[in-house]
Amino acid sequence: MCGLCGALGVEDHWTVSASATPSDVAERRRLRARRIALANRILATRRLSVEDFEGSAYVLSGPTGRREVVQDLGALWRLAEQMSGAAFDPLDPSLLARIAR
Amino acid sequence: MEDIAFDVIPVIVATGFLGSGKTTLLKRVLSSEAFGDTAVLVNEFGEVGLDHLLLGEVAPDTVLLSSGCLCCSIRGELSDALRGLYSRRQRGEIPAFRRVVLETTGLADPGPIVSTLLADPVLKHHFRCGAIVTTVDAVNALADHVRQPEWIRQVAVADRLVITKTDLVDDLRLARLEEVLQRLNPAADKARSDALDEQIFQGDQGVVRSDSVEEVARWFRPPDLGRAADYAAPPSGGFGPEVHGSHLSDVQSFCVILDREIDWTAFALWLSMLLHCHGNEILRVKGLLNVAGSNTPVALHGVQHVIHPPVHLKRWPDDDRRSRIVFITRGIASDTIQPSLETFVDKLAR
Repeated sequence: MCGLCGALGVEDHWTVSASATPSDVAERRRLRARRIALANRILATRRLSVEDFEGSAYVLSGPTGRREVVQDLGALWRLAEQMSGAAFDPLDPSLLARIAR
Repeated sequence: MEDIAFDVIPVIVATGFLGSGKTTLLKRVLSSEAFGDTAVLVNEFGEVGLDHLLLGEVAPDTVLLSSGCLCCSIRGELSDALRGLYSRRQRGEIPAFRRVVLETTGLADPGPIVSTLLADPVLKHHFRCGAIVTTVDAVNALADHVRQPEWIRQVAVADRLVITKTDLVDDLRLARLEEVLQRLNPAADKARSDALDEQIFQGDQGVVRSDSVEEVARWFRPPDLGRAADYAAPPSGGFGPEVHGSHLSDVQSFCVILDREIDWTAFALWLSMLLHCHGNEILRVKGLLNVAGSNTPVALHGVQHVIHPPVHLKRWPDDDRRSRIVFITRGIASDTIQPSLETFVDKLAR
């Protein structure tokens, strides 16, 4: 646990659990970095970005400088929706077209 | 104290519409010797004398998860009841039960129960979600229950479907019901209560572990409709005339197939977004994935917004190495899901 902020251990979400064992630190970090990179490609379509927070959470930033911490990807999309004012819907053809570029 | 098992205890969810025979089924299964070490929770006052078992009461109260999606609610009383049961077990005040059976009310949506078991920070270390067993009333299912959205949810999320009152309907009606159930939830095991094997209620079934290869293989097995195959299929692949005008006309089940390895990160981002936006319309997901970098498949399954922790299986069930995902949805078609998933795994991940 981080003594300063109280962040606990590793991310506990289904999106993480299939990809690396908890003891495999290097692999976990690599996959986390990749998760953030790919999420940023999606978030950039609405001028948002996400970065790592202590290896256990994420900081989502909006175009006006607003920044908030979220614990996992499940919460990320809800907050991203609030910040951008629009849904991140993977069935939306315009979002798919921008990802495919 | 030395007899206490510290395993993570499966919670089997027994659900089914009002009067569909849940309690009768429970009474029959739990009276067998093999189920003597079972704790039972009911959320309506029990009508059956289960004197050797433990009875509790769970009130229908919900609270909101602070860090999850809006629909992932936790049933506080269920959490309290299970914590209390576990504490008493560990203190030796009650026998060291090896499974819990939770009987829901006839109108219950099993989704929040699953999310409680997966998301509660204490429960998830002591309990795991076992099979969801749904009883289906052969007399009233197509005539009445099919018009209730709660019935559809209960059938769609089931790992096991038990058809009850089979002696009160003719073969044709029974066959039509089996056909509807097969179309609605192709991945569930189906049994008639008159020929019920105790296995349908075994605690570990429905729980995907690394050695659950056969369990996962059944999700994708072609349907064996038995006598239903002797009767004409309903027009245009729908559910047939009996259920015309019911909520079933919006429900569809289909299998999305990808014939190549998939990038787990891109897939996880896609599914997390899909469930965030459309979790209410995605009643059930079950998948076997060929993940890049892994020699063995990853099995995952979920109910509405909630996904169980994915599991690396020990081996592939057969020679088929394609990724396959069964969806049961309401109003979302396969021709929107498939291209969306392909865009994410092919374009986002490149």
